[in-house]
Order: sequence, then C-alpha cells, then structure tokens
Amino acid sequence: MGWQRKILVVDLTKGEAKAEPLNMDWAFQYLGERGLATKYLSEMMDPKADPMGPDNVLIFATGPLTGTMASTSGRYAVVTKGPLTGAIACSNSGGKFGAELKFAGYDLLIVKGKAKKPVYLHIIDDQVEILPADGIWGQTVWKTEELLKSKHQNPLLKVASIGEAGEKGVLYACVVNDLHRAAGRSGVGAVMGSKNLKAVAVHGSKGVRVKDPKRFMGAVKAAKEVLANSTGRKELTEYGTNAMIDVMQQFGGLPTNNFQKVQFDGTEKINAKAMMTPNAHGHRNLVTNKACFGCTIACGRIAHIDKEHFTVVNRKEYWLASGGLEYETAYAFGPVVGVADIDALTFAGYMMNEHGMDPISFGATLAAAMELYEMGAIKKDETDGIELRFGNAEALTVMAEKTGKGEGFGKILGLGSKRLCEKYGHPELFMGVKGQEFAGYDSRALQGMGLGYATSNRGACHLKHDVFAEDMEDQTGKGKAVPVKKSQDKVAMIDSTGLCLFVTAGWGLEDFQTQVDAACEGEWSVERLLETGERVWNAERIFNNNAGFTAKDDSLPERLLKVPAPSGTAKGKVSELGKMLPEYYEARGWSKDGRPTNETITRLGL
Amino acid sequence: MNYVILGAGPAGVIAAETLRRTDPNGSVTIVGDEREAPYSRMAIPYLLADNIKPAGTHLRHGAGHYDKLGITLRPGRAARIDGAAKSVTLEDGGKISFDKLLIATGSRPTRPPIPGIDLAGIESCWTLKDAAAIAARAKPGGRVVLMGAGFIGCIILEALHARKVDLTVVEMADRMVARMMDKTGGDMIGRWCERQGVKVMTSTRVTAIEKSKNGLRLALDGGRHLEADLVVCATGVAPNVRFLEASGVKTEFGVLVDHHLASSVANVYAAGDVAQGPEMITGKTEVHAIQPTASEHGRIAALNMAGQPTHYRGSLSMNVLNTLGLVSSSFGQWQGVPGGTMVEKADPDHSRYLRLCFRDDVVVGALALGLTQHVGVLRGLVQTGIRLGPWKQRLMGDPNLVMHAYLDRTKGLA
Amino acid sequence: MQKSLLIDPDKCTSCLQCEMACSFEHEGAFNPAKSRIKIFEFEHGRRAIPYTCTQCAEAWCLHACPVEALVRNQATGAVEVKEDVCVGCKVCTIACPFGTINYNQSTGKVAKCDLCGGDPQCAAACPTGAITYVDSDWTGYERMKQWAVKTDNRPQA
Repeated sequence: MGWQRKILVVDLTKGEAKAEPLNMDWAFQYLGERGLATKYLSEMMDPKADPMGPDNVLIFATGPLTGTMASTSGRYAVVTKGPLTGAIACSNSGGKFGAELKFAGYDLLIVKGKAKKPVYLHIIDDQVEILPADGIWGQTVWKTEELLKSKHQNPLLKVASIGEAGEKGVLYACVVNDLHRAAGRSGVGAVMGSKNLKAVAVHGSKGVRVKDPKRFMGAVKAAKEVLANSTGRKELTEYGTNAMIDVMQQFGGLPTNNFQKVQFDGTEKINAKAMMTPNAHGHRNLVTNKACFGCTIACGRIAHIDKEHFTVVNRKEYWLASGGLEYETAYAFGPVVGVADIDALTFAGYMMNEHGMDPISFGATLAAAMELYEMGAIKKDETDGIELRFGNAEALTVMAEKTGKGEGFGKILGLGSKRLCEKYGHPELFMGVKGQEFAGYDSRALQGMGLGYATSNRGACHLKHDVFAEDMEDQTGKGKAVPVKKSQDKVAMIDSTGLCLFVTAGWGLEDFQTQVDAACEGEWSVERLLETGERVWNAERIFNNNAGFTAKDDSLPERLLKVPAPSGTAKGKVSELGKMLPEYYEARGWSKDGRPTNETITRLGL
Repeated sequence: MNYVILGAGPAGVIAAETLRRTDPNGSVTIVGDEREAPYSRMAIPYLLADNIKPAGTHLRHGAGHYDKLGITLRPGRAARIDGAAKSVTLEDGGKISFDKLLIATGSRPTRPPIPGIDLAGIESCWTLKDAAAIAARAKPGGRVVLMGAGFIGCIILEALHARKVDLTVVEMADRMVARMMDKTGGDMIGRWCERQGVKVMTSTRVTAIEKSKNGLRLALDGGRHLEADLVVCATGVAPNVRFLEASGVKTEFGVLVDHHLASSVANVYAAGDVAQGPEMITGKTEVHAIQPTASEHGRIAALNMAGQPTHYRGSLSMNVLNTLGLVSSSFGQWQGVPGGTMVEKADPDHSRYLRLCFRDDVVVGALALGLTQHVGVLRGLVQTGIRLGPWKQRLMGDPNLVMHAYLDRTKGLA
Repeated sequence: MQKSLLIDPDKCTSCLQCEMACSFEHEGAFNPAKSRIKIFEFEHGRRAIPYTCTQCAEAWCLHACPVEALVRNQATGAVEVKEDVCVGCKVCTIACPFGTINYNQSTGKVAKCDLCGGDPQCAAACPTGAITYVDSDWTGYERMKQWAVKTDNRPQA
C-alpha cells in the first residue's frame, strides 16, 4: 500500500522489458523515490562506470505518496550517475508524468544498457513496448510529446523525454516531462541520450491505494489546510518562487556577473512583480499559475513573450504561452549573466524546456564564458559573432538556442562551466562544486548554503537542504553544521516520499509523518522518517566515495573562500567552509576524509 | 383519444409512456407479438453471454409498470390496417380501432436465398426465443459458423466467443461491419478477432448448406467447405412492413415518414426500426435501426400524435460496438459528404483509429476504434454543427484533439 | 433548492485533486483514469477546463438506455447508473452529445458523475474554488440549457 510493489526493468541492450516485484525490504529502509532509487542504483551498477556508457543505470522513481491525494503528490526522481559530476545524480520533477508512471503500476522504471538505435518506451499499464524513435529522434521536447500523443492517438499519454541537448550529450541536459517540468540537474538527460532512449510515454489506469484510506484522507485534509493557511504557501501561489529574487537582492546573496557581485542592478525588471505588470505595449508576461499533479500550491508560472520582442518578432511559433520564470531561471538568465530583459529571460526558459537543458547550469556556464570573454580568454571569432558580454540579452537568447541545438559555440557551452573554464585555462572561474554549477545563492552571504553546496551529493545544489532561516539570522559559519546535516536528512526523506520540497512552506515533520504512516505499511514515526533520510544521504555518499570522491571534493571556489563579498549584508565576508566542514563530518559520523565510519554504516544498516 | 401502438420494442414503449405523460386521459394500447414483457434486443447478446438473466433484458423493471401508467399490453400481431376506418385487424382475427396509430413493428432478420438455408441447426439471433435456442446448442468446442459480420453479427460474435465455441465468421463484404466501418477500421476489427482465435473469412459467400454426418456442411464460393454443428445467421434485417401492403401507407424499405414521423396516411405514424425517416445531415430518408433513433422516434411521434406538433431534425446514424473487447463507434456521414474533407489517423499495432469527416469546418461524421472516453462528443459535434474555426486545421493534423476542439469551441460550457 | 456543480475554468490550476477525489469516492483508489470529472489542458497550461456531466434536463443517456439502467435521483437531480442493471451496451456513451458518460472496460459498465449522492468530492477537494457545489440558479444552468436546445429535437411549443 502506498507502493505498487512492482518495478519495471528495461534492458535496452537486450531489447527486453520485464516487471519484477519491488524489493520490500529496501522499500521499508529507503521509502521510495530518491532513497529507493539510490539503493537500487548502488546495487545495480559499479559507481566507477562511465556515466555515458551502457553500464550506467537510469532510474525513474516514484514515491509511496506519488499519485495520492496528498498535496504535491506528483513528484518523481531521475537517479543515475551524472555525467556533469561523475557523482550520483538525483533530479526530481513534478508535472504529471511521475504520477502516471505510478498509475501504470510501477514504483520504479529502471533502464539498463544501451539501445542499438534510438528508441522510446510506450507503457500502457502492463503493456510495455520498446519502439523505434524514427521520426522523433532529433525533435524537440515539445514536438516529441506532440508526435507521440498523435502517433498513439492518445492525448492521455504523459511523456518524459529529452531534446536535442540530451541526444547530443550536453552535459547538463535534463529530462523534461509535461512540456515544462524537468528533472533538471546533473545531466540526467544526457544519460538518457547516451542510452539512445528518446522518451518514455506512459498512461496508467491501475490507481494507487493506501494502507488506511480513512486515516489517510483525514491526514491529507488536515495537512492541506495547514498548507493552505500558511503565509509561505500564499506567497508561492501568488508570486511563484521568483519572489525570492527581491529577498536575495536586499540581502546581498544574489550571484551577479559570475559571482563577481552579490547584488544586481535590475532585479525590478525581472522580479515577480515585473512578471505581473504590463509593459509599455500593455503586454503582461505572466498568464496564469499552474499546479503540478496533486499540488495545492501551484507555484508554476505560465508566461508569454511580447510579440514585438526581438526574440520572437519573426517567430510566431514562440507566441504561445509556456512555462515562465521561476527564481532559479530568473537568476540564471538574469543577474548571473547580467541581463534584465524579462522577455529575453522568458525566451531562454523556453529554449531550456524545448531543447531539454538545465537552466542553472546553462546560465552559470554562460556567465563563466562571459567573464572569460570580457578578460579576453575567449575571442569573438569563437562565439559566432556574438558579443559575450554581461548584460547582452542577445548573447543569452542566441546561446541558449545554440546550446540546445548543439550548434557553434553552443557546443562549448554544453560542456558546462568546469570544463569550459579548464579549456580556456581559468579553472578558478568555475562557480560550482563537483563539476556542477551553483544555484542562485551566494555562499558568502548564506554560510549554511555554502556548506550545503559543498557537501551536496549531486554537486552544488540548493535543494538538498534548507537552512535559510538559520543563514539569514546569523551570517557566520558558527553552529551551521548540525542544522545543515539535519536539514539534509529531512530533505532526503521528503525527496523519498513522492512529495515536493515546497510543502515545507507550511508543513513540519509531523505533517509528513501522519500522511506517510497512513499510506504505507509498517509504522512510520518522525524518528524513523529522519533516520531513513539519513540512510539515504549516507547511501548517496558511499556511492560517491566508491566513485572516487573524497573530502577534497567537498569544496567551494576560491572566489567564495577568499574574495570578500563586495556589498550587501555580508559585505567583507567570505565563506567559512573550512570551519564548518570538520564539524559537519563529525555530526555526520564520518571520518576526516569524508567517509561514513563503520559505526555509522552499522547504525544505519547500510 | 384512443392511441394504438403496434410493437412493444423501445420505440413503442417510449411512445406509450410519452403519450401517457402528454395526454393523461387518452387510452394507450400496445400490441406486441412476443409473450415476454417488453424487452430490449440490444440486451440479448449479454443474456447469451450469461452476463444477465432474462429479466435483465426488460425495457422497464418496475413491477406493474404498464398497469400503473394505464398502458394496455395486448398480445397479437397486426395482419392489416385500414386508415380510413381507423382500425387494425390482428392475425388472431381481433379488431382494434384507433384515433391515432403508431407503427413500431421493428424489423425481422432476413436470410439469403440459398439452398438449405432453412435447415434445422441454422438459427437467427433476434428474439429471446432464438437466443435460448443458440444458447442450448453453442457448446464449448462446438463448431459454429456465423454468417454475417455486420453489426448484429459482431454482437453475437462476442457472446459466442464467450461460450468458447470454435468460431468461424463468414462475411460477403470485404471487411467486418461494413455498414459502420470503412476498410481500415473493419480490417483492424478483423485482425483483432483473429488474434483472439476467431477465424474470419471476408469476401466469402455461402452458396449452399446441406446436412452432413455430424451436422451441417456449408459450401463456400471458390469451392471451399466448412463443417458446423451450429450456423447462426446474421445476414441482415428488414423492416416489418408486409402487413401494410394493402393499407395505402407508403413504404420503400421501411414506412416513409416526414419530419413529424407521420406516414402518408392520416393519423398513422411510424417510429423505430420500421420507419424510414429523414436523416439529419443529408435530409434523405433512411432506416436507422438503432436504439437512440427508436427512442427519439418514439418520443417525437407520440408528441405529434398527442397534438403537440414537434419537428424532428432527423436521425443520426450512430453505432457503438464491442468486438471481443475492441470498442468501435461510428457517427453520421462517416463516408464523407460531397465537397467535404476528411482526416484519418490509424495505429493498427494498437488497434486505434479515428476518422473525422467535415463539411467546411463542421464535423459531419466520424469513426473511432479503441476510443471509450468522451466518445459522445463526436455525436455532439455532428448534431450541433459546431463550427470549428481554426481547430479544423489542427484536427486535420491530429484528429485526436477533437475533445479539446469541442471544449474550446463551446467555451467549456459545463 | 437543487444544487449543481459550478465550474470556473479561470480558477483551475490543473492539479487534478478533483480527479483523485472522484476516483477515490467511486473506485476506492486514486485513479484519474477512472474519474468522472476530467481536466483538459490547453496550450502548455495556459488554460485548464474541468469537465463533467451537467445532469442535463434532456438526459440523452437515460433515454437511450435500452434497459432502464440510468435513473434520475429525485433528491439530487443526478442521473445515476444502476450498475446491477447496466448490461454495458454503451449506447448511452454515443448518445450523450457532451461525452460525459463513459464505458469502463474493467467493469464492463458505464460510469458518470452522480454528484456523490449530494456531496460531490471534486468540489470538496478543489483547492481554488474552480469547482463548487451551489444552488442551481448560480451555475449558468440557463446557458447550458440554451446550448442543449441547439442539440435537441424538442417540441416547438
């Protein structure tokens, strides 16, 4: 109950698909989604395997609450070894695909091997087909969904696919589902492309049942009320996540011009209010807000671009409404590249969704390229005639499209910031950890965020912990290790349920507990949930250790460690990672070289 | 007012109920020629498949339904009518007079004129009695030949398959359900049946049937033969109009009726399978032997009979069929109309098919295979003539967006 | 006063809570594929329209049923499917010009909105007020009726 107790294993090398029972021992230990997929991945592959080779394993994982009436129950995770980082990749996504996969009867879809020719999966409940992707390979994400629904004459199909970026090995290519929701980070889409798997199209009619329906419905109703009444939820609904940009601007934690600055002159042109305010032509960027499956928040933005804007004036096909700016896209197409043109940002977002790329990594990579360009390390004859200067909106939109399509300088941008900076002889300009670019928070202003970035198992990531409250209250590194550790465990647990992290706008641990316990077999206390999260975190860490990662990879760029923040509330401060990290290892029960001790391994039953 | 209805099928019963509602003081009599309570032929296959009991076929379930409404059920079969004298003579010699008469005598199965067609062991499947006879003889493993893969044949096919007989279907046309499916759809249904172990022989004619040692021997054109324990004949139906020959009531295939369901003789109306009435799109008269038409005919004929002039826009041919689990449906002018356009989308591997036929930007007909959700909207589109505007072009690209087109054009009125 | 579902597509975020609530009520599982109410999305989510039976006065489904398996609940005004009577002939599914009664292949019966006996769970679950259950006067019922006239062969009084 909660679980479907069945997984689908597809071996693309052999061209076989078969359903197997879910390992319930693992389910009781790792819950689902992120955790359960981590366990399966660790058991099924050598962590040293080439992430772009056939020995990598790609897992689409739902959680026990995915597809239930719990708010935000649409989450699924894509777990694999990431090509951008070489570490375990765990990218989760909303939309409707994940719930649909669960309705088809599967907790996990595990993809092994590599198809000889491009294929896609067509799953209608028990009927699973590996079909040739003729006519679909080479198409955009948007076109792929349209073609598959049309080909199978089934508007009810939910589709997760890669665009050209994933096919061409852009190292931060993502898996996009439902047109503009994405398992975004670490290049999970490139892995899918490396397996010659273009798309997964699924429709399910088996439904999801829970252990104690009556108690579950009571818990769900109560939790939804808590969420509905919370201030955080109300702001997310009204303004979306981009409300954050004003907060970071004021605070001075808004990475600007590749982290050379921490505040951006122009946020008022790209913030949540700007999205809602008509421009001189009376064009309003924001069309409406939209929910993922089961979500009672609806932070998603649907926007459209002013028809007179240079990006679309001669391209009617982009006059449609589609996924609009969220905080991370606003950051990645805005401050970090110095652009304050809301339509250009929105267009860049369309490019990410349409071609299947991670906006954070793209924006941050472009930012590094701009810095390299401005210092003369990259020449104009390499950039297809585009001035790669901070603030150039055309550079943003043209390069977004070129990168997605694998054209010209876009091919270089598709390597990610780390490789790009190394290529041009300035590795220090890479702003990220373990090969993955930072999200929109500066570690000098937010100390706990820095520790979270440094220790995140998938490389730099803002979504694997949540210590904003602590960070904003106290801007030193003191006492951050334990809250970061605890928060990481909690988030790992949430990521293993099938629910969205954003419900923490209103929910405490008890709200998760009542719902999980009513849905899933066994007894699920808050303690057990947190221990599960800790187990998941350590399992990921062990995967990374086995892949070759050590304590020295838990680091931040020199710019954050040595160059003081130039303005804002943290003016003059640098990241205190050096102090926090040993405390963190201690709190984790890890050795000094960043490995879980035998005691920790035993305690968590790893 | 004295109303007499000939026929106790859906058209007759609905007419009687409508008359009672509209004219509470009138006398309403239904003349029926089967001994069972009024029942639905639609339900017979489900009885044959043992899904329901005989009472499950009844049109109305309330105890004493007809008594309570003051509707008289009179056993008998009309032999002739006299419009001038306003009377009906029954085969049993009885005479009934009327002020208004409704002919709702339905249709009867027809058999092709071939030698041996009336031998024992050859059954039609039309009445509850027929169904009982087939049920008694269609034993698991028994060799059954179904003559005719039309709409009714396909419904019986389902029931026979459920009885686990060794089934062969012989059909003259080049495909199954030729009158409700084009070649693409009919062939997809045929392949579907074959995959489930039914032998399908299209473009095949039975030329003679004779008794053999173990049953019946069917000669087919081209010199082939089939052996069978039971032959079920579903080669077509024809309206029951023979008793009208001397009545002056004009008939072609069925009783010709106008937009008020009135026949050529004053005070005589016709409804249901026996009526040849206006078709909604072309305006030509057609016999649509289907439940929805019977139901509408019955209701509208009754309103006109009771003195509420009611115009009938015409019937829309539509059918829905479940062939061993594959649901197909057809609506209106699915063959297309002169000067019109059409779009087809087929996925034979998954037995899905959709065809839309347009006049300008209006849907005038549709075929669907494997579609069960919101399928009625195809009727809605044909019947209301909604102009699709820009959606026409999009549907030409992907007809499966038809529900979106419908909702967008009706602004989600709901 | 009879009540009806009032649907305001402008408020719909397409979260499908209604579809889950509906299927839970009728099937005991969260299963949008079996929901009697369906959300249709347009253009990448620009618009979403919840769609279900309006319990129309015409009741095309009810009149088309050959075995009287569809009956009007006089208390709620909903046309309900009597599952024990329905033979699964599907005639109602093609007769309903709104497409709001559907065949369920797994049960072999048809299914439609029954207003949950007067406490529609879709409305209870809707977080934005896009679906509410209100006195019929407020539902734009008249609008719907005008629409039904176009579809009808009704008496011209």
